[in-house]
Amino acid sequence: MIKLFSLKQAKKDGESPKAGTQKKASAAQLRITKDINELNLPKTCGTEFPDPDDLLSFKLIICPDEGFYRGGRFVFSFKVGPNYPHEPPKVKCETQVYHPNIDLDGNVCLNILREDWKPVLTINSIVYGLQYLFLEPNPEDPLNKDAAEVLQNNRRAFEQNVAKAMRGGYVGSYYFERCLK
Amino acid sequence: MGSDYTHRRWSNLRKVLERSGPFCRPDFEPSSENLQMLLERCKVLVVGAGGLGCELLKNLALMGFRHIHVIDMDTIELSNLNRQFLFRHKDIGSYKAEVAAKFINARVPGCNVIAHNCEIQAKDAAFYQQFHMIICGLDSIVARRWLNGMLISLLVYENGTLEQGSVIPLIDGGTEGFKGNARVILPGMNPCIECTLDLYPPQVTYPLCTIANTPRLPEHCVEYVKVIQWPKENPFDCAIDGDDPQHINWIYEKSNERATQFGIQGLTYRLVQGIIKNIIPAVASTNAVIAAICATEAFKLATSCSASLNNYMVLNNLDGVYTYTYEAEKKQNCLACSQVPRELEIKDSKYKLQDLIELLCERPDLQMKSPGLTAIINGKNKTLYIQTVSSIEQKTRENLSKTLIELGLKDDSEINIADITTPNTVTLKLKFSHNDSISRQ
Repeated sequence: MIKLFSLKQAKKDGESPKAGTQKKASAAQLRITKDINELNLPKTCGTEFPDPDDLLSFKLIICPDEGFYRGGRFVFSFKVGPNYPHEPPKVKCETQVYHPNIDLDGNVCLNILREDWKPVLTINSIVYGLQYLFLEPNPEDPLNKDAAEVLQNNRRAFEQNVAKAMRGGYVGSYYFERCLK
Repeated sequence: MGSDYTHRRWSNLRKVLERSGPFCRPDFEPSSENLQMLLERCKVLVVGAGGLGCELLKNLALMGFRHIHVIDMDTIELSNLNRQFLFRHKDIGSYKAEVAAKFINARVPGCNVIAHNCEIQAKDAAFYQQFHMIICGLDSIVARRWLNGMLISLLVYENGTLEQGSVIPLIDGGTEGFKGNARVILPGMNPCIECTLDLYPPQVTYPLCTIANTPRLPEHCVEYVKVIQWPKENPFDCAIDGDDPQHINWIYEKSNERATQFGIQGLTYRLVQGIIKNIIPAVASTNAVIAAICATEAFKLATSCSASLNNYMVLNNLDGVYTYTYEAEKKQNCLACSQVPRELEIKDSKYKLQDLIELLCERPDLQMKSPGLTAIINGKNKTLYIQTVSSIEQKTRENLSKTLIELGLKDDSEINIADITTPNTVTLKLKFSHNDSISRQ
């Protein structure tokens, strides 16, 4: 143990404090810098940073080159909070998409975005998770129940619905904006 | 004043401070000056004036601490009154820090508590630097991390070694129901909040698809309204305010509809309130135990009369009384406290960012591959250059040909550098060799 306090005492009586005028980057900031610098995007993904000085909010664009969603362009917004990586970033899908695991308000059902998030995971893990959702939509865990049912019962019909939605048009009573590349 | 030290009032403290004993630290010298120092000079900050805060203020004031500041942004609510004993019914709606300070000052002669009715983030480094130690009773991880980062930023390193005089100890208490913990953090010397971040339990979250489609618990219904329905319907044109009964009522009604629809029992107004406000059941006796430990640690640090808690104590009163103390270890690559900023001397005032990046890649002791650089300039984050992300690369490319000074970097500025060759972002402190062209900046 150190003679912490007496040392301190001496300092206080004498000169005025000298350090501490510098603002330090927060742990969340340091961590996201690392995550961003090491983003290793698959060729189907790209990022957009509206303000490059703000690494805590950005967009991810996924353009799948295979599967049901080939040819589409889907934008996700990422918001990284001050408690990152203790808490996951908030991710929303900004493109309307006919997808069993993404609802019409852009909420995404991906386990690592909520209940299975761990601080060792990175932004890259989420990117791969999202990309996987487009390759293998999961009807077992539906957020858009109608889409999940169609996928489970009739893959052909599901494929057509996806294509229709991406071209821009109605699936059931809901109108989807065109999102082809 | 002189008579005060010999007064009967402090006779119990004097027994501890004016006699030696087997538990005293080696540097402890029994003397009447110890008490004098405690009463006259020791200045502490209590963070939070809630359940732990009230206990802490009472304990510290009765133990001889007289220069106490307390900071809390919250106001008093009815539900606080059962355990936050410095508050009365008439105080509902007033600032906790203010009422608590007034109460202690009126009750304990000679004690001077100063209230700060604001969030901790509203205070700057100079504010925190005035204290000899900080004792906190918080309910938020974010606030702890912020405070931790602040105290670490106050550390002074001379040639890579920590100047002990710059260390401001942080005594952190926390409780949840019948469980609690207390720890003594000497920033830079022993494990900090960030070193042991994974000890905090993750927030309870439910799979979104369960909430949306197969709710089974009343909590699922509340989460559904909170996560899906509120943003969609935005009934009050603002974010959810847990203190607004109208908001809670709306959520309660909508959750109830959903619970009924799925045949789920047990949804109550209080449950809704608890989930939305993230209320953790508070047990007065747990707070009392943890606060007593924290105050004792503060006293020990202030007077050296005994060795400090080393360094993490857990308390579980759920089934009998269980307690255990262990020595948590520093995380070697802790993002907050392992960063002894390395200094980098810049001799040429025309040194460009490009030159710096080349240096980072070429220097034998760094040999980086594709470093990404950020800094804080005038209090704001700035991305200097990140090569690996094309959208940022394009926007920051122009910085490469600017000199460091043009970019707003000064002597002692810190640059944060991420690279695949290091497990963490590293910090380099720029040292400009002094010459005329720089000192004018």
